[in-house]
Amino acid sequence: MKILVAIKRVVDHNVKIRVKSDGSGVDNSNAKMSMNPFDEIALEEAIRLKEAGKADEVVAVTVGGLAAQDVLRTALAMGADRAILIKADTIPEPLSVAKLLAAIARSETPDLMLFGKQAIDDDCNQTGQMTSALLGWSQATFVSHIVLDGDRARATREVDGGLQVIEVTLPSIMTVDLRLNEPRYASLPNIMKAKKKPLEEMNSADLGIDIAPRLRVIATEEPSGRKSGITLSGMSELIDKLKVEAGVL
Amino acid sequence: MAILLFADHDNDVLFDQTARAMTAALQIGGEIDVLIVGKNAQGAAQAASHLTGVRKVLLAEGDALEHRLAEASAALLVSLAPHYATLVAPATTSGKNIFPRVAAFLDVMQVSEIVEVVAPDTFKRPIYAGNAIQTVQVTDAKIIVTVRTANFTPTAQDGHAPVESIAISDTPPLSTFVENRFASSDRPELSSARLVISGGRALGSEENFRRLILPVADKLGAAVGASRAAVDAGYAPNDWQVGQTGKIVAPDLYLACGISGAIQHLAGMKDSKVIVAINKDADAPIFQVADYGVVGDIFDMLPELESKL
Ligand SMILES: Cc1cc2nc3c(=O)[nH]c(=O)nc-3n(C[C@H](O)[C@H](O)[C@H](O)COP(=O)(O)OP(=O)(O)OC[C@H]3O[C@@H](n4cnc5c(N)ncnc54)[C@H](O)[C@@H]3O)c2cc1C
Ligand SMILES: Nc1ncnc2c1ncn2[C@@H]1O[C@H](COP(=O)(O)O)[C@@H](O)[C@H]1O
Repeated sequence: MKILVAIKRVVDHNVKIRVKSDGSGVDNSNAKMSMNPFDEIALEEAIRLKEAGKADEVVAVTVGGLAAQDVLRTALAMGADRAILIKADTIPEPLSVAKLLAAIARSETPDLMLFGKQAIDDDCNQTGQMTSALLGWSQATFVSHIVLDGDRARATREVDGGLQVIEVTLPSIMTVDLRLNEPRYASLPNIMKAKKKPLEEMNSADLGIDIAPRLRVIATEEPSGRKSGITLSGMSELIDKLKVEAGVL
Repeated sequence: MAILLFADHDNDVLFDQTARAMTAALQIGGEIDVLIVGKNAQGAAQAASHLTGVRKVLLAEGDALEHRLAEASAALLVSLAPHYATLVAPATTSGKNIFPRVAAFLDVMQVSEIVEVVAPDTFKRPIYAGNAIQTVQVTDAKIIVTVRTANFTPTAQDGHAPVESIAISDTPPLSTFVENRFASSDRPELSSARLVISGGRALGSEENFRRLILPVADKLGAAVGASRAAVDAGYAPNDWQVGQTGKIVAPDLYLACGISGAIQHLAGMKDSKVIVAINKDADAPIFQVADYGVVGDIFDMLPELESKL
C-alpha cells in the first residue's frame, strides 16, 4: 500500500494578509509560509497508517516554486519517506495542479491519495475532487475517519446534517477534514534525518501539461469592513437594543 | 444558452440553499432548468417546480443516485452538460463534493463560492478566509460555479414548471453508501436561519453547552452554531461549526457566546446583519466586529438572558 499526499505551501494561518492598495493582489512578500493545515492532517494520517502496518510508503508531493522545498522537508521530518517537487514559477490554478498531480499518480501508482479539503489561501476546495475525476478513481471528501480493508476503504465524511459513511474501491482519493487527527510536530532528530531523505525535483513543463490560467483575475479588494459597535451594561439593555434599535427580535 | 441548477435536497424536502442558488442563477440570466438527483424524490422535484423562474425540472432517479454520491452524480451532470452554458450549485457539502469533479471532466476551472454576480461570466469570491475579495472572469467555454448561499436571498416560490423524468445509465459504482448519522432537530437549519446563537470553548463541556445555549436558542427560535474549539472538544456536533471551514451564515442576528473571534470564525459570520458578543475579555477580537458587546461571564449572562426573553 502506497500513499501519496498532496501538500500546498500557503501563507501561515496566523498571518493577517494585506491586500495591495492598487487592487492587483495580496502582498505575501514577507509573510511566514507553512504547510496548509489540512495537508498536515492528511500527511499525519498517512504516517499513522504506515506506523500501523497498513501502508508501506508515504510520498509527499507539491506543486510550487523552489521555496516549496521547505514544506517538503517538514513532511519528510514528520515521517514521509520521500518527496516530489513539481516546479512552477507561480502556483497554477487547481485544475492545472490536479492535472500535474494526476500525471504523478499515473507514474507512482499509489493505492490512496490524500488531500486537504481546502487550501486556506484560495479556499477553492476542489483540487482533490478534480484529481479524482481525471484519474477516474473513487472519491471521499471531508473525511474525519478512515478504515482500510483490502481493496476497499470505509470513510466517514463530515457533511451538512452530520456524518455520512461510505465505502470506496481503491485506488481512491480522499480529502481530509479537521477532526481526522491531530498532526505531530517534527522532532529535532527527525528534522536532521529528513535532510538525507530523497527529494526529487521536476519541472512542470516536462510533464507536457498546459497550465495556463483559465480564470482572469480582474481585481482583488479588501472586504467591506464593519463599523465598531457599542458596549452594553447587561442583558436587559441588550434585549432592549435588539428590539427597538436593531429591530431583529 | 441555458443554465442547469443542481439542487440540494434530501429527496423529500428541497433545501433553502437551492432557492438561494436559484437567485444567483437568475442574476447570471438565461433559461434555468433545475436538476434533482435522487430516489423517490418527487417531493423535492415538486418543490423545485415552484421556484420562480424555472423553465423545467429534470428528475433523475436511481439506486446509485439516492444519496448523491460523487461519482454517479458527476457522471450524470457531465452527460447533461452539452445542453447548458452554465452549471450552478449551492456550495453545500453536496455541491462542493460533486461540482469540481464535473468541472475536471469538462476541462473547466470551477469558480468556488461566489458571493456576487458581476456579469454572466464574472464573479466575486472571497479568498484568505474572506480577508480579500477577488473578481474573476471565466475564459473557459463553459461556466461552472458554486454559490455561497448566505449572500443570496431565496427566490420566490410562485412558479409551476413541468417535471420531466430523465433516463440514467447504470455504471458499476466506485463507491457505495453505508449510512448517514444525522441527528434530527426541530430547530431551524443553521445556514438559512434568521437568528443564530453560537457557543465557544468557554462553555467548557457538552453539558454546559446544552444547559446554557439551547434554552436561549429555544426561546428565540434560533439555530445553534459553535466555534471549532467547541466542536473539537465535543461540546457540539461537527455540522454546527461556523467558519472558514464550517458553515457560512449571515443571519439577521448572530449571538457569539464565549467565542474569541479568530479570523477563521469571523470568516463564517461577519456578514451577519447584527452581531452580538458576550465575552469576559474586553479585548477579545470578536468585539471588533460586534454591533453590541457585553463584557461578562456567560455563566451568569445566558441564564439571565433566557429568563428575560
Ligand atoms: C485551518 C484552520 C481552520 C479553522 N476553521 C475554523 C472554523 O471554521 N471555525 C472556527 O470557529 N474556528 C476555526 N479555526 C480555529 C480558530 O483559529 C480558533 O482556534 C477557534 O475559533 C477558537 O474557538 P473559541 O473562540 O471558541 O475559543 P478561544 O479562542 O479559546 O476563545 C474562548 C473565548 O471565551 C472567552 N471566555 C472564557 N470563559 C468565559 C466566560 N465564562 N464567559 C465569557 N467569556 C468567556 C475567552 O475570553 C475567549 O475569548 C480554524 C483554524 C485553522 C488553523
Ligand atoms: N500547489 C499544490 N501542490 C500540491 N497540492 C495542492 C496544491 N494546491 C492544492 N493542493 C491540494 O489540494 C487541496 C485543496 O486545495 P484547493 O482546491 O486549492 O482548496 C490542498 O489541501 C492540497 O492537498
